[in-house]
Amino acid sequence: MAKFHVTATVNGEEVEYLCDPQQTMLDVLRDELNLTGTKEGCSSGDCGACSVILDGRLVCSCLALGAELDGAKIETIEGMAEGDELHPLQQKFLEEAALQCGFCTPGFLVAAKNLLERNPDPTETEVRYWLAGNLCRCTGYDKIIRSVLDVAAEMRGS
Amino acid sequence: MPADKGGNGAQSGIGAAVRRKEDFRFITGAGRYTDDITLPGQSYAYFLRSPYAHAQIAAIDIAAAEASPGVVAVFTGKDVAADGLGGLICGWMIHSKDGSEMRTGAHPVLALDRVRYVGDHVAVVIAESLAEAKAGAELIDVDYEEYDAVVGVEAALAENAPQLHDEVPGNLCFAWELGDKAATEAAFDRAARRVTLTFANNRLIPNAMEPRAAIGDYDRGTGDYTLYTTSQNPHVARLVLSAFVGVAPEHKLRVIAPDVGGGFGSKIFIYAEETVCVWAAAKLRRPVKWTAERNESFLSDAHGRDHVSHAELALDADGRMLGLRVHTRANLGAYLSTFASSVPTYLYGTLLSGQYDIPAIYVEVDGVFTHTAPVDAYRGAGRPEATYLVERIVETAARELDMDPVEFRRRNFIREFPHQTPVIMNYDIGDYDASLNEACRLVDYAGFADRRAASEARGRKRGIGFSAYIEACGIAPSQAVGSLGAGVGLWESAEVRVNPTGSVEVLTGSHSHGQGHETTFAQLVSDQLGIPIENVEVVHGDTDKVQFGMGTYGSRSGAVGMSAIQLALDKVIAKGRRIAAHLLEAGEEDITFDGGSFQVAGTDRAVPFADLALQAYTGHGFPTNEIEPGLKESAFYDPVNFTFPAGCHIAEVEIDPETGVTHIENFVAVDDFGTIINPMIVAGQVHGGVAQGIGQAMLENCAYDPESGQLLSGSFMDYCMPRADDLPEFVVGMTETPCTTNPLGIKGCGEAGAIGAPAAIVNAVTDALGIRDIAMPVTPERVWRAINS
Amino acid sequence: MYEFDYHTPQTIDDARALLSGRDDPKLLAGGQTLLPTMKQRLAAPSDLIDLRKVTGLDGITGAGDTLRIGAMVRHAAVAASDEVRQAIPALAALAGGIGDPLVRHRGTLGGSIANNDPSADYPAGCLALAATISTDRREIGADEFFLGMFETALEEDEIITGVAFPVPRKAGYAKFPNPASRYAMVGVFVAQTGNAVRVAVTGAGPGVFRVPAMETALASDFSAQAIADISVPSDGLLEDLHGSAEYRANLVTVMAKRAVQSAL
Repeated sequence: MAKFHVTATVNGEEVEYLCDPQQTMLDVLRDELNLTGTKEGCSSGDCGACSVILDGRLVCSCLALGAELDGAKIETIEGMAEGDELHPLQQKFLEEAALQCGFCTPGFLVAAKNLLERNPDPTETEVRYWLAGNLCRCTGYDKIIRSVLDVAAEMRGS
Repeated sequence: MPADKGGNGAQSGIGAAVRRKEDFRFITGAGRYTDDITLPGQSYAYFLRSPYAHAQIAAIDIAAAEASPGVVAVFTGKDVAADGLGGLICGWMIHSKDGSEMRTGAHPVLALDRVRYVGDHVAVVIAESLAEAKAGAELIDVDYEEYDAVVGVEAALAENAPQLHDEVPGNLCFAWELGDKAATEAAFDRAARRVTLTFANNRLIPNAMEPRAAIGDYDRGTGDYTLYTTSQNPHVARLVLSAFVGVAPEHKLRVIAPDVGGGFGSKIFIYAEETVCVWAAAKLRRPVKWTAERNESFLSDAHGRDHVSHAELALDADGRMLGLRVHTRANLGAYLSTFASSVPTYLYGTLLSGQYDIPAIYVEVDGVFTHTAPVDAYRGAGRPEATYLVERIVETAARELDMDPVEFRRRNFIREFPHQTPVIMNYDIGDYDASLNEACRLVDYAGFADRRAASEARGRKRGIGFSAYIEACGIAPSQAVGSLGAGVGLWESAEVRVNPTGSVEVLTGSHSHGQGHETTFAQLVSDQLGIPIENVEVVHGDTDKVQFGMGTYGSRSGAVGMSAIQLALDKVIAKGRRIAAHLLEAGEEDITFDGGSFQVAGTDRAVPFADLALQAYTGHGFPTNEIEPGLKESAFYDPVNFTFPAGCHIAEVEIDPETGVTHIENFVAVDDFGTIINPMIVAGQVHGGVAQGIGQAMLENCAYDPESGQLLSGSFMDYCMPRADDLPEFVVGMTETPCTTNPLGIKGCGEAGAIGAPAAIVNAVTDALGIRDIAMPVTPERVWRAINS
Repeated sequence: MYEFDYHTPQTIDDARALLSGRDDPKLLAGGQTLLPTMKQRLAAPSDLIDLRKVTGLDGITGAGDTLRIGAMVRHAAVAASDEVRQAIPALAALAGGIGDPLVRHRGTLGGSIANNDPSADYPAGCLALAATISTDRREIGADEFFLGMFETALEEDEIITGVAFPVPRKAGYAKFPNPASRYAMVGVFVAQTGNAVRVAVTGAGPGVFRVPAMETALASDFSAQAIADISVPSDGLLEDLHGSAEYRANLVTVMAKRAVQSAL
């Protein structure tokens, strides 16, 4: 099978890679681009550990193909902080300990960021519903939900 | 707590809500989990698993697989046996009522002639890529002769049931008992009232978000083996793999558990996959990596719970408990996992007194093999099963006595400590009224009747349920557990290395996989030495760095792991005083240590900790023939008793009678964990535990087909994990009676939520519906049927 | 995944050309079902023909009494579309309730109905609204399109281009999600178009189906009360870990009532 030559923008930087058709976007991020912050938790689109933002849309990178990303704009956890400046969600997760083992955390942060970009004033129900595609086994979601709501309020205020 | 202390409490010491030191790497995607590690020349392992619950393997033809592109090697159980490897072990011996040892069959790393559950390991294919390994595995031709299977305990104990192991007649591993049978019978004879319940404790699949993974590596130059693995206790893994399985000599095997994405018990155990990776790496002279796919996690991670119990409570005419009699059948799965036999016995029967003064208790537990994945410790491990049983029958008894469940509990609470229960445990301290009262206040118990009326006015059913749990943590006094059958001691080790600049490394045998030890352990050091928390590094999870340790499980890391650190710190401070005495030309007895400074009492002569550390390493300021240079101390701490965290959980639910959907309106958890190091981290532990407890009570159920033994709940599409929109906001409260038997007063907080929550939920649902019992998980259909029956 | 070739045609004609002359080609229209199936090695297409770039499959257009949604419009886009929310708010709500945001940002209308999962949401909307499914060669009424579990009237090489939904006077959708998968355990779509009412049920049976007794009752009295005593027989309904046929039958009535109550 012919390899695909792909040029994409990942976290604001143009990258080029070769991939097989059967490599998923997650495979490409982790294995070709060495961006291991995006995790594989189920490989079937049911856990959200592999959440990334593809052209502004929150998707499971395990259910997208690496070959389809030519010209695409991809945002992963590695691009969430600007230099040393953490995104307000990262900062709040840090302050509130809205994570424990950290494995699902990149997915939650990416998903929450995408939510707040679309809806700066979500209700608690909307936050819980939006994050229902991301599984966490450690936190019971409580501090995650609180943190997202708090950041939304802070970002609206500033 | 020692009189000498560094005094950094307010900023970063004990009791401060310090931000977690480990979190920066996790929130930036820089965590380093096993699957994130790629070694040069690494190959990929894929395990061919049994599609049958029970079958004889007549033959395995691997020729086509070996010839498949990219395949490096194919190994079967014969190859493992030919290299003389032992099987996987269970580290706890249980004796049956008649004194005989528990019966068990061999647990081969790769199956030899028989497979005993769907997902059992048949062969491994190692290839240049995972895709090639999978393609190779499809070419393995296994000639199976399928046999009948049993998945439930009743079926497995039936006459003529399919048998799992030749060594285990009737599939009965053990028939264990605890307590005074005669005294309990006598209590029942004089009882004014008896309450009985028969119920199951549903089987669960742990589902840590990080799937298990392993990379085996071998250095042919030095003969050193390295295993990177998702482990809660890397030293135990090394001990088992070297001393029992015989993969490598202990001193030549380094086990590294890097960042680990949750465990909940499932990563305590030593499994076939990591064993094969390290063994095959040496055979092939190249790294071998395996990462579980989620479907493999469902099939092969050790499951939890799975009891069927009959319980009877004897009461006098005033509603005082006289005796408790329990018969439990525990599903052990197809093989005994690493600590499987201890979970439904000593981690379960010993907690059946709950928070109550029950004069006589007798429990029998039958451990039963079935054609299902092995069952072992899962968050709480035996204690959730005990609490569920006690709190369900207590609530039922209150209703049958027409007493307020709160009042009934108060009438029977233990109030004098220490309290010796009839089932081994000696509770050192507690205040069960305090947690019950606080929980009632937080849930506004007094206002419940009005809220129920409001729900009824809207056509909804409302209920409230209590769960006054107790658990035994701080596992465990070595001599005690040794006498009960444990194959290891359950102390913990620590080493405190002070650097010449005054910064400190703490090496611990505990392992953090979400608990925040890098922060809480550092808080203790900061507090005791009076140094900034930034100057403390906690080192764990690497057998080459930490000499030995027993790992993290059973809420033991605070109570046992930190106690070991405390002992080592005491030694550091003691040596510091000797050095300071020389430096300050004073008597050692006149040196105090406070605020990070050694001082001659009553004078202004002092030496700061960092200056003293430098002196310790230069040795210029004191006679090194009298005092060794350096400042590094280690300690082993063996607890003298278990710790007994306890508390009260209250659930308030509202039910839609048309659909049977149960909505949690309030969930209150009030816990007494003794001394709290970091309240922010503790609250998170409670939240996560409660979520798992609610999951067990309302959502999660591991189901096997009773005929074929196929796993029916083998993916997130069918195994219902709690999601963000399933759960309420939790109300968490604390009471505090410091543990009296360890130096810090810590009891442990890791499992309480999973232990307390299920009974609270089921008590609330049965209250709402006005029924005696309902099976977990309380699915909408079960509730709907209860309403319509 | 087994090896396959991946194609991104720009036109329907190119896609058709790719479909002919390959061993076992499959259309990729979001991939939220197909890709997991392939990863489990349960499907092994020789070629994946991604419809993502094909022109003409991605629009939402309202024209009078018909709303037309292109086959490749993603669920999230339907949920957020002002046209859909104004014309058929129940359809926007249905799309906004599919799976989770991650699925909704990839899954498409065409992909969903072509797969015809018995628990998918869209078939209920299509059938209750008497939608017309357009393909590269013909138009198929919803009553003829959905044939049973994972079966449709589509030819092997037929490509859905869009769906035309008549704008109803009132419509409502109520879903009882499977607690684990979030697919519909029972979903009922009720639509009043002109004087006729159609009630379509997904999740409960081996395929989407209508409930004539409810339709008759609602035609004369469009209220929840009118169908409170109408139930479907449980014979032949699906049973699984999460719900028996009997329970699903109960949910059909309950969800139908709630769909009527929510109808706007």
